[in-house]
Amino acid sequence: MSESALRLVWVYPDLLSTYGDRGNVLVVERRARQRGLEVARIDVRSDQPIPTSGDIYLLGGGEDRPQRLAGERLRADPGLGRAVENGAIVLGVCAGYQIMGHEFIDDMGQRTPGLGLLDVWSTRGEGARNVGDILAEPDPRLGLPTLTGFENHQGVTHLGQGVSPLARVTVGGGNGTGDGTEGAWRDTVFGTYLHGPILARNPGVADLLIKLALDVSALPPADNTWYEALRAERIAAVQQPAQ
Amino acid sequence: MPANPEPAGPSATLPPRAKLAVTAGKVAAAVSRTAGRGSGSVIGGKVALRLDPDLLRSLAENLDVVLVSATNGKTTTTRLIAEALKAAGPVVSNALGANMPAGITSALADGSDARFGVIEVDEKYLVGVAKDTAPKAIALLNLSRDQLDRSSETRMLAERWREGLQGSEAVIIANADDPLVTWAASSCRKVVWVAAGQAYREDAWSCPSCGGVMQRPGEDWFCPSCGFRRPQPHWALQGEHVVDPQGQGWLIQLQLPGRANLSNATSSAAVAAVFGVHPQIALQRMQAVQAVAGRYESVQFGGREVRLLLAKNPAGWLETFTLIDQPPAPVVLSVNALSADGTDTSWLWDVDYERLVGHPVFVMGQRKLDLAVRLEVAGVHFQVVETLAQAVAAAPPGRIEAIANYTAFQQLRRDVRG
Repeated sequence: MSESALRLVWVYPDLLSTYGDRGNVLVVERRARQRGLEVARIDVRSDQPIPTSGDIYLLGGGEDRPQRLAGERLRADPGLGRAVENGAIVLGVCAGYQIMGHEFIDDMGQRTPGLGLLDVWSTRGEGARNVGDILAEPDPRLGLPTLTGFENHQGVTHLGQGVSPLARVTVGGGNGTGDGTEGAWRDTVFGTYLHGPILARNPGVADLLIKLALDVSALPPADNTWYEALRAERIAAVQQPAQ
Repeated sequence: MPANPEPAGPSATLPPRAKLAVTAGKVAAAVSRTAGRGSGSVIGGKVALRLDPDLLRSLAENLDVVLVSATNGKTTTTRLIAEALKAAGPVVSNALGANMPAGITSALADGSDARFGVIEVDEKYLVGVAKDTAPKAIALLNLSRDQLDRSSETRMLAERWREGLQGSEAVIIANADDPLVTWAASSCRKVVWVAAGQAYREDAWSCPSCGGVMQRPGEDWFCPSCGFRRPQPHWALQGEHVVDPQGQGWLIQLQLPGRANLSNATSSAAVAAVFGVHPQIALQRMQAVQAVAGRYESVQFGGREVRLLLAKNPAGWLETFTLIDQPPAPVVLSVNALSADGTDTSWLWDVDYERLVGHPVFVMGQRKLDLAVRLEVAGVHFQVVETLAQAVAAAPPGRIEAIANYTAFQQLRRDVRG
């Protein structure tokens, strides 16, 4: 493994990879390699320490109990926090997003502290579970096209002053707070409810993570034919949900 | 072979209300069939259960009931057990996979002279059906992620089984290689442990008991935090042999392909033994089983041989990849996302499509574009097609392996029938 490789850390595949979020790891890896980058992928199980020297950290979704266990183990490990202090890029999805906030509700209905990497806190929604395709318009500062994904969560995530919404929902539930926000971000830390997985449905987000990691404003072009075809199909399908 | 016992049968001695309900159900089923709405077994069962909510219990009363549940392999294993038990008496079974209470009721109402009721049960309904039917045996094969947008979380299912089955009088035949199944069965009184293997392990890294990180050296598994560990198996699948509790090996010769079916046959032999059917006889009878509800069936289509394979979730796809012909055998993949399939296609990313590198691959179905992105990232060469006919016309020589998820598989079966 060369010093110059992009270090991609998959946090707790044993606990946080329930909804196909492994795809996020595969897409970043693939798109980085297509740009001629070397990638060192580091899968960190929940009985192993989180390395502090990674460039991009990915946390996926998980069921309620694994989420609690992941939260407990991450709180006991300073690795991810140090990595963020060092400027690492983090993307957390669903359970992983909630864990990055100040607190979330665990499988026993208890308020449980998170990592505080994002100024958000999560509660349990009173209404129906948010399940289905979602569309959202991302924060214009991110320079991204429409986000498409699939959400499946009971949680509601409230945003504090220290973060911005990742996107504004046009179809779906998003953060579930009723204000139309979806996800949250600040600097290099991103949280979202979008599965799909998000990076397979939105390769622009994968490229954004890579650009931030490399501290560059552009990447060589990649062939997006199939991603674009899928995006167009999903966006059209969600806008006419007659089927 | 044991002599046939007196035909007892589920409907021979039914109370009047139950008899009426059975008749009403059959009428409803016949109407449904005439209207071209399928076999009518589910609607028939629904009508009958509405007239007599205790009907399932009444029908099961005079049967030796075997329940079969799992994420994967229920339909095939139900069929294998049914074949094996025919050595000991007539069998009634929901052979077509209608595995919720209405379909089960309907199937049992059809078997008036049976001794055994061999019943496939949807994972979510197992506990309820077990309470209604007082089974003699319950086979628990495996549990893994499946349709998470509409189903329970996998460990919650295991927990529900564990709580619901612990008072059961049934002999539980459980896969000792699956930690979630072991967790579900380990509070039961009578358990026969079967080392039936586990290919897909991604749902089994977290201890179902305490949440510790599971250690899995070789075939063994244990939790270093709480000591929950793999029980000593009574029966085992070793290579292509069933090893019985006496340590004797019996060669499994199936027409059905793949490791998963060797595993299903092993569990089936253990179930058959509960009813006194010798493994040798049980396995001989299982050999007669060909395609089950069209699964694994080879058909002629467009002048080519096409094998139809069903794979509904990551564990199912993994097992399927191990049994297909080697590259450069052409492969057709078809994926839908109707509600019966699960509407979230994220699971495609839990499947190791990288294993298809070297095969010419054709993708179709409602969600062919999701598959296209998945295969592109996996580095697999593929072509997107609209129909099976297009795929077959473009495929290079060799038997075509067509793998599809639930409704896509049904569509393929319709396609090849023309």
